[in-house]
Amino acid sequence: MSLAGETSRYMVAFAKHDLSFLLMLICGWVILGIVGLVRPHRMGWIARILFPVGALIALGIAVLGAIALLSGHAPQIFLLPLGLPNLPFHARLDTLSGFFLLLLGMAGAGISTFAAGYFRSGEGTAPGLLCLQYHVFLASMALVILADDAYFFMVAWETMALSSYFLVTAQHRIPEIRRAGFLYLLMAHIGALCILLCFGVLQGGRWLFTFDAMRGASLTSFWASAAFLLALIGFGAKAGLVPLHVWLPEAHPAAPSPVSALMSGLMLKTAVYGMLRITFDLLHIRYWWWGVLVLGVGLFSALFGAIFAAVQTDMKRLLAYSSIENIGLIFTGIGLAILFEACHLPLFAALALAAALIHSLNHSLFKSLLFLATGSVLHATNQRSLGKLGGLIRRMPWVAALALIGTLAIAGLPPLNGFVSEWLLLQSFLFTPQIPHAFLNMLIPLGAAVLALTAALAAYVMVKFYGVIFLGQHREPSLVHAHDADWLERIGLAWLALGCVAIGVLPQLALRAAGAVTETLLGQAVNLTSPFWLIAPITSRQASYSGLILLAGIIGVVGITFVGVRILAHGRMRRTVPWDCGYPWQTSRMQDTAEGFGQPIRHIFDPFFDMERELPFPTDVAPHYRIHIEDRMWKTLYLPIARGVQRLADWIGLLQGGRLSTYLLYSFLTLIVLLGFVL
Amino acid sequence: MTALTMVRQFGEVLLAIAIAPLFSGWIAQCRAWLQSRAAPPLTQPYRMLRKLFQKDVALATNASALFRMTPYILFGTMVLAAAIIPSIATDLPFARVADAIALIGLFATARVFLSLAAMDIGTAFGSMGARRDMMIGFLAEPALLMVLFNAFLLSGSTALPNVVEASTAHPFLMDPSLLFAAVAFLMVLLAENARIPIDNPATHLELTMIHEAMALEYSARHLALVEWASDLKLFNYACIGFALFLPWGIATHGADGALALGLAVAVLLAKLTVAGAALALIESLSAKLRIFRAPEYLAMAFLLAVLGLLVHLLLGA
Amino acid sequence: MHPSHLIAALLKLLAASLLLISFAMLSRRRTQRLITLFAWQGAVLFMSTLLVAHSAGLRELYYSAALTLLLKVIALPWILHRLIHRLGAQWDSETLVNIPTTMLVGLGLVIFAFGLAQPISRMATTITRNTIGIALAVIFLAFLMMITRRKAVTQVIGFLAMENGLFFAATSATYGMPMVIELGIALDLLVGFFILGIFFFQIREQFDSLDLSNMEALKED
Repeated sequence: MSLAGETSRYMVAFAKHDLSFLLMLICGWVILGIVGLVRPHRMGWIARILFPVGALIALGIAVLGAIALLSGHAPQIFLLPLGLPNLPFHARLDTLSGFFLLLLGMAGAGISTFAAGYFRSGEGTAPGLLCLQYHVFLASMALVILADDAYFFMVAWETMALSSYFLVTAQHRIPEIRRAGFLYLLMAHIGALCILLCFGVLQGGRWLFTFDAMRGASLTSFWASAAFLLALIGFGAKAGLVPLHVWLPEAHPAAPSPVSALMSGLMLKTAVYGMLRITFDLLHIRYWWWGVLVLGVGLFSALFGAIFAAVQTDMKRLLAYSSIENIGLIFTGIGLAILFEACHLPLFAALALAAALIHSLNHSLFKSLLFLATGSVLHATNQRSLGKLGGLIRRMPWVAALALIGTLAIAGLPPLNGFVSEWLLLQSFLFTPQIPHAFLNMLIPLGAAVLALTAALAAYVMVKFYGVIFLGQHREPSLVHAHDADWLERIGLAWLALGCVAIGVLPQLALRAAGAVTETLLGQAVNLTSPFWLIAPITSRQASYSGLILLAGIIGVVGITFVGVRILAHGRMRRTVPWDCGYPWQTSRMQDTAEGFGQPIRHIFDPFFDMERELPFPTDVAPHYRIHIEDRMWKTLYLPIARGVQRLADWIGLLQGGRLSTYLLYSFLTLIVLLGFVL
Repeated sequence: MTALTMVRQFGEVLLAIAIAPLFSGWIAQCRAWLQSRAAPPLTQPYRMLRKLFQKDVALATNASALFRMTPYILFGTMVLAAAIIPSIATDLPFARVADAIALIGLFATARVFLSLAAMDIGTAFGSMGARRDMMIGFLAEPALLMVLFNAFLLSGSTALPNVVEASTAHPFLMDPSLLFAAVAFLMVLLAENARIPIDNPATHLELTMIHEAMALEYSARHLALVEWASDLKLFNYACIGFALFLPWGIATHGADGALALGLAVAVLLAKLTVAGAALALIESLSAKLRIFRAPEYLAMAFLLAVLGLLVHLLLGA
Repeated sequence: MHPSHLIAALLKLLAASLLLISFAMLSRRRTQRLITLFAWQGAVLFMSTLLVAHSAGLRELYYSAALTLLLKVIALPWILHRLIHRLGAQWDSETLVNIPTTMLVGLGLVIFAFGLAQPISRMATTITRNTIGIALAVIFLAFLMMITRRKAVTQVIGFLAMENGLFFAATSATYGMPMVIELGIALDLLVGFFILGIFFFQIREQFDSLDLSNMEALKED
């Protein structure tokens, strides 16, 4: 008792200085990056020392985030002696920031550990520079989460965009990667512009850009909605919501795997954070149609991402589309929360928001895990195309086993963590009939149908992902030489896998963390009184779930079965060639390819795709099969916009005659006009 | 939690394990009668299992640990599922641990593992079966979830025992939405258990098989467990159907003494007998669909379940 | 339980089965099945009319129930069966849009119908008022079936199913129309049916098939 009291007293004392510790740790990241520059080509020094230290810092940030989350303190504020004169940087630590710092730190620790084993010197950016960009990226994400004024937020946000751009284009000699980087930068800036405008609206005519001032501003319903829509577009572009997703499947695969993991696992979450900060904290009112809009966009993105992931043939692109799906699920939860909150049903809003938060946390763990696993596969085989992999479970048992955990988790299977958040989301859909709108309470429960379809499709996608990469026979003879990941990589993967299992088995911990956030944002949390091994978010009659006992049950029953079979029967076994209905000439080419596995989806969801197919004739001597799938959004949305911009640019280009005297005339006329204004 | 509760819980699970093969045997027998064939004895599935357990396993040279683990996981998940479904009594402590959504999750886990195992050896038929089964699964699973959603909305709980208790409390108020749900559920049951319109449990015709294709590389005790698990799956589905649509006779909380339990077992056996015969009849009357038609069939099941949801919300019970 | 509650619950069940049958009709390809389903729809309608007649104590409704039984459960299906046998059109009727999409559209129509019916059902005082939405949905779905099918016979079945929906709407909203109107409609139906029957033979003689896409050739360019 006294020990516990002592500990909690220390925790309280410590928690008071949380924010300054945090900022110091973040500085630590930047310093690490600069130290890396000192000897930019010493791989061993950078990889074996700097990255592991970065991982430790991440761990520290996770711990501090957790303390901020659970200590129940009032938000802490800190004025940084940085920035412009009269415009100092404000930092603030509350439960929402705490939650996202926890997420950042937990996944970041695993990714940095993995990166320590992963980066090797070779083509592209020098390791030292990479180290700087990597740590600046991490630090800027943490600062986005801590920022408490628009100016600081935008600086951190832009630093994040730029540092990640350089990381994406680490292998800048490849033209596709440069193109992907350009697209990413373009979309990032469109998004940033919208966020900037959103802050402009939020200050509400008082020209004070601290978040505190914005909380106090009272906007009319028109301007509040305008701010919300700008935020949705701005953060939606960063998060990859359809139709602003086009950069995501290009940029995420282009980056080195740890960076892909950072971008998919963490950077997308900063957009979720921003969305939550603006919607639930800075805006003082929420309208029900905002919720419907976010819900619709979220559900569509989820379904869209899952369908496209199912037809991909590049393993990293598949994961990138799966990120769109998961972000869709998170925004579905946010949309529901807004809707419930606007309809004065705060308990259900808390449930939906908790589902969204926990899914963010889950996604940061399992998506990082899988991206890192593809990194190991890439190093071991030099192949990214699913059509050239296969059978790696026999060459890379560690990566295969850990990736299996990630696969099962992302497929939403109990007792892992993906299931927990999907379970919570489905539970919150059960209350949608209570929304007091005649049409809505009929339409929105149908969202549960879309959600269920998406979840089931995700399982399809992940079976394809895992089965084609790790199972079956080697599709290329060179795969025999594939080697398993080294020990640092294994630790990184194992850490993330451990997180997936831990949240899955003890969802009450995650629910407590999310509950602290919803308490701040909505003034309400779901029922947290149940014992640590059980969650019962509304009442235990309504629904309850325990991952721990389910896991124990599975292990118990499987164990008893195994022992029982051994005792009652026998364990005799002999090895033979595969049976396959007695067909003797089996080659690895007879397995389903990635295209083959996606065929049913292409068939069923045909209208979603823009497909070009070359099919062989029965008489072809050398049959050739090719399929090319494009996103319809390109043709229907982006290319027309691009053409319009081009036309506008051509038109403006007329001004550019090339003659010096004309240019001088322009300057002169501008001067005259401006002087005319002064008059 | 009393000892009696635990006895009830374990008794139910053991009963499920014991009579699941019997149920499959009964359906096979009915089918044979309906098709004017000499019927196999009712105990045929047990004999099959015994034979398989006695044989030596012939394992493909490149089989991984995942492949060898899967039969046990399949069997384990199905046994756990049986522990959640109130087939004879509603006072099931384990149902608090995992509700009906988790039940669907368990089914999905089993399917994912079996599909992965089918891809493990890397044969043409294995991966084809895996792909087809996942296709069926991703359409059937949401349909099942929507069916259950109907029941959740009616009873205000996602735990199956509460659903049963809520519906036995008002035995005459059959909600119209359940009509849609029942049809959708029947379609899902047939599809998920590799029965006739989608798959034929009695066929070994290479190009049309689904479940059979996935179990192709299994032999002896592994195959026995896979088969037993699929019997259990069918049994579980039947019990879910009873719990949702025909809950009469299940011993409810507070009224589950020895006599009530005995009665519940008798009622369950009677229901299984009728349901088995009905399933055999449906299977005998319908023709197997082409695999390309399967998505259409399942989409219909899904839409029917959604429609049930809609009718419930619209008619505003 | 109060008997009127029981009747209301039963009526809801029957209304739901009506909707279910409508969806089943949308999803069936074979003309023979469609006719069977149509007969079933008539039977459900018969039962619901009987129930309403019983609960409201209206004698006219008994008559119209009897009329439904005679006409829609026995006579028309029988004639249709004979007709398609003579025309040789009992097999698959091609659909213009694939079936899941049709059903999805149907789902949307159901929601729309209910939205539309809400103000009406709020005004109505009968115990059956909740079912007006369903009646409307049945009409829409029959219309949808007529739009998406290609063969002439299926169009007629769709037409008849639409009338079923109308009839159900009448009984559920206002306890039935006046007898005169009802008889008039029944007569209209019969006459229309016979005219269409004659049309079938004409169409077939002209084009050697009942595929309505042949009619497109009739337009002037």
